[in-house]
Amino acid sequence: MGNDYRSRTSHSKSGPGDAGKTGSWRILRPVIDPGVCIPAKRGAPACYMCWLYCPDGVISRSIPPTIDYEYCKGCGICAEECPTKAITMVEESSFIKEDK
Amino acid sequence: MQMIESGNVAAALGVKLSRAQVIAAYPITPQTPLTEKLSEFIEAGDMSAEYIPVESEHSALAVCIASSSAGARSFTATSANGLLYMHEQIHWASGARLPIVMCVVNRGVGAPWTVWNDHQDSMSQRDTGWIQIYANDHQQIIDAVIKAYALAEEVMIPVMVCYDGYLLSHTYMPFDIPDVSLADSFLPPYKPAYCLDPGEPANLNTVTLPDVRDDINGNRAHGYFEIRHLLQQDMIASMDALERIDSRFKTVFGRGGNPFIESYRTDDAEFIAVGIGSLSYHLRDVVDNLRDEGISVGGMSIQLYRPFPYSAVAEALKGCRGIIVFEKALSYGYQGPVCSDIKSALYQHGRQNSHRPFVLNYILGLGGREIVTKDLYDALKLSCTTGPDAPDELRWIGLKI
Repeated sequence: MGNDYRSRTSHSKSGPGDAGKTGSWRILRPVIDPGVCIPAKRGAPACYMCWLYCPDGVISRSIPPTIDYEYCKGCGICAEECPTKAITMVEESSFIKEDK
Repeated sequence: MQMIESGNVAAALGVKLSRAQVIAAYPITPQTPLTEKLSEFIEAGDMSAEYIPVESEHSALAVCIASSSAGARSFTATSANGLLYMHEQIHWASGARLPIVMCVVNRGVGAPWTVWNDHQDSMSQRDTGWIQIYANDHQQIIDAVIKAYALAEEVMIPVMVCYDGYLLSHTYMPFDIPDVSLADSFLPPYKPAYCLDPGEPANLNTVTLPDVRDDINGNRAHGYFEIRHLLQQDMIASMDALERIDSRFKTVFGRGGNPFIESYRTDDAEFIAVGIGSLSYHLRDVVDNLRDEGISVGGMSIQLYRPFPYSAVAEALKGCRGIIVFEKALSYGYQGPVCSDIKSALYQHGRQNSHRPFVLNYILGLGGREIVTKDLYDALKLSCTTGPDAPDELRWIGLKI
């Protein structure tokens, strides 16, 4: 029975997808405007408040920052914290219409 | 070695012999002397364990959940409202499949405030996924604690060892203390199937979704439903495990052999009186008195309450005419929980055999109301002379209303 410990409990390693594809939970999608985002605009590593505040670690510290929509739950903290208001929360339904 | 001591000390000695490594408990009457004794053992260097003082019972069990997750043999104990304060963590410990052992020194629950004995506290925790063992005397307390660790660690389910507050916890009785080296051979050090490893970080008991999912390695991981199904399967299977452990205990120490129920003069009994804990031994005196008068009656105690040993119970009771269940607990709005469970166990059997004994249910001793032998005698005698047509209603013993 001991070898089956993992099948008898919820047990996981830290890493992407620990709780499944949580991007499917999202109702609002954060979209970064590179014309306003500080690192994107300057072409230099700076600010990264979105990366710092993201509770799910799905924003990269890159130029420009990118968001992993596979796991972003759409909580909106990045948009709230962005000092230049470069991130807009957009209805997911609008992207579904685009896909069609 | 024989000793005359209290039930709480018997429990503490069982914990010491089990070499528990972490103890976290909050004092509550009538459990207090048990944890005080354990802290004395540790302070005196007689026991190699961490005693972690906490500010509440909720924290006591939370500490044990953490220490057990880290691979330490862990112990806590409580009573009544302290047990209820743990309630959320009680579910957590079983869902996390941690082999914690907890002594529940049975006491009534408030309101109104009471510190005296009945079984309402542990009975109310029946559905939490813990194994529940009830001891009838001091010997069974010390033995049950040691067996409880063997069982919990084999089946990865926590165990409550329940015994009557005051009636057992504070009375003095002779009992045998198992030999240390024999106890060590019976219960080797805990080797967890898994424990926390800083070199390999993991998330334990993470959120599950309604459906199964793939883990980060792409392997199918069980969801909540599968994990809870396996808890039920393992609870049922733990009866076989307990039977084996009890049999091994008997081989080593010469005691045991009745892991599910204890029967007294039931071989030819037309009527069987059922009780839990010290009450079941009290009933034996009454059985003897009635036997002297030619009434064919026996007694039975439930030693294991969860998982409920339905086959053993039905087998033991199938041939009799009437079952009289004496209970110090009540599911308000219906009847005593043991009575319901006995009826349920008999239902399937009765279907197959077109015979079901009648079942009468007496409620007594709530909040420590004195249980007078004469009252038990009168109730049992009346029940044995009452036919199967007696109304299915609760009967109260010792009620002054």
